[in-house]
Amino acid sequence: MKKFETFSGVAAPLDKADVDTDQIIPKQFLRRIERSGFGPFLFFDWRKDPGFVLNQPAYAGSRVLITGPNFGCGSSREHAAWSLEDAGYRAVIAPSFGDIFRNNSLKIGLLPVHLPAEQVRALLDLAQEQPGVEATVDLEAQRVTMGDLSYRFQIDAHSRHCLLEGLDEIAQTLRLEPEIAAYEERRPAWLPTIPA
Amino acid sequence: MAQTLIQKLWDRHLVRSTPGEPDLLYVDLHLVHEVTSPQAFESLRLAGRRVRRPELAIATVDHNNPTRGGVEAADEISRKQMATLAENCEWAGIRLYGLGSRQQGIVHVIGPEQGLTHPGMLIVCGDSHTSTHGAFGTLAFGIGSSEVEHVLATQTLLQQRTKDMAVNIEGELPPGVVAKDVALGIIARLGVAAGAGHSVEYRGSTVRGLSMEGRMTLCNLTIEWGARAGMVAPDETTFAFLEGRRHAPQGALWQAALEDWRTLASDEGAVFDSEVEIDARELEPYVTWGTNPGQSVPVTGRVPEPHGETDERALRYMALKAGTAIQDIALDRVFIGSCTNSRLEDLRAAAEVVRGRKVHGRVRALVVPGSTPVKLAAEAEGLDRVFAEAGFEWRDAGCSMCLGMNPDILQPGERCASTSNRNFEGRQGAGGRTHLVSPPMAAAAAIAGHLVDVREFGLVPA
Repeated sequence: MKKFETFSGVAAPLDKADVDTDQIIPKQFLRRIERSGFGPFLFFDWRKDPGFVLNQPAYAGSRVLITGPNFGCGSSREHAAWSLEDAGYRAVIAPSFGDIFRNNSLKIGLLPVHLPAEQVRALLDLAQEQPGVEATVDLEAQRVTMGDLSYRFQIDAHSRHCLLEGLDEIAQTLRLEPEIAAYEERRPAWLPTIPA
Repeated sequence: MAQTLIQKLWDRHLVRSTPGEPDLLYVDLHLVHEVTSPQAFESLRLAGRRVRRPELAIATVDHNNPTRGGVEAADEISRKQMATLAENCEWAGIRLYGLGSRQQGIVHVIGPEQGLTHPGMLIVCGDSHTSTHGAFGTLAFGIGSSEVEHVLATQTLLQQRTKDMAVNIEGELPPGVVAKDVALGIIARLGVAAGAGHSVEYRGSTVRGLSMEGRMTLCNLTIEWGARAGMVAPDETTFAFLEGRRHAPQGALWQAALEDWRTLASDEGAVFDSEVEIDARELEPYVTWGTNPGQSVPVTGRVPEPHGETDERALRYMALKAGTAIQDIALDRVFIGSCTNSRLEDLRAAAEVVRGRKVHGRVRALVVPGSTPVKLAAEAEGLDRVFAEAGFEWRDAGCSMCLGMNPDILQPGERCASTSNRNFEGRQGAGGRTHLVSPPMAAAAAIAGHLVDVREFGLVPA
């Protein structure tokens, strides 16, 4: 994972609640075995509507998505996070996220920014009133700034550390091999094993 | 200190717990399927890593396989994905129940069926409906592909401890009301995000009275209101279901396991972060009218007035007008299947309604058993003939039209009564319209040609 660095980019307002991962990336694209190249299929069905917000030229190349509560609910498909990342997004700002989507995003360096509903509302309104307005996301300072609006956000220390350092979590865990092996010694004998 | 079942299950899988960091949990069983695993295997190989405990994983093909015509009926990309799973399992030494295997089926159906899902385990899978396994008093939740890779490499998972929620359901279910309706009723009351950050224990006399199949349906739908894990404390119903299954413990180990499993209940006085009370006697057969599983009303009701943009958008997508009686909604398709409702008990309940009747001329109806063993067992009872004689298509096992990755999809504008778990826009096919219902309700709808109250159909035994 790349280190997460402070960036500024156009913020697109997707003013909807409960956007599920089926909308973010429909199922027909889940048959691919690659990890990259999902960006063109982001919001595939909604994109067919010329009036869809992300089709507006002002939001072309946007890097921040501002949206409603429970973003990324539903299916566990990490393809949803991959498609956002592949399309150039570095952060998604919402009052709440689907738990699995949030985890998936953190693993690939896409920052889920959790802010109170009224602050997200203000950001959404600003992005709609001034199409093309840029947001600056600073994870070190835990701050989102857009025009005159500037909010501090909360994130757990572990996730923040992993993102800022671009850590390989698997490498970290593999260092705990003795503890994992010790746990395995304690596992009950009746637990199932399935020989190939 | 008095502990909840959730806390007990969490604690028994702790490899490491450090303040300020997520817990490191040991995974007892990793379920693998073709869609969310290829990127994990590839990344693992690129990093020069191996699968730590291949004998604690099992793989199957379920999401994109055709339900008739075998692998040849699949498109090229799907075939490649299924072949990739086979190659990866071969490389890693993971048992694969592929197409043509007598054990193949939906990953959440075959785990319990093979006796791989035991009380007290931690089970994960790159699929959000992994919560299904919680029915056995198991901590089970869905993960993404990066986490799949972490489990393959380390047999562990880093997780923030969740909050505990109790859903207490008391009272006898009215006739015609089944586990699916209990879940839809809960989601209608609480909304689709109420469970975020929580694990849930379903408790109370109603839950105790459910079969294992019913408990699986209830736990399966936990993710639809935002909680990753839902569970039921194991009891005699659980043990009776498990005993004698292929991977269940035998002999002295069975006795030792039983002794342990009987401790898996929330202690007297254990405190949950939140509790919800549901009166089962108030529940009815539900039908979703919108585009998330919380947008439902009793089948006797009407499409509600929209409250806000989300509702308005849902009504537009579903081409419904507020005030329309639910039972006046005509259907094009009926789907009986999915990890929510494709087990033998579900098929029996649907067949009971269908027996001796005909599918309405306008409706194309599909039954997709959850696994090959379910299919064979149903055929041994003659259920396939009941469905076929009524005009249903009887298919091979898989996820099928629950998510429409395979050729089983709705055409734009088609309206379907479905026993699956998600009525999201386009879920069953772009432009398709889904109404979630129970298996008996889906069966009745297929015959009536419109959504209908299975109780008034004169079919449900009182």
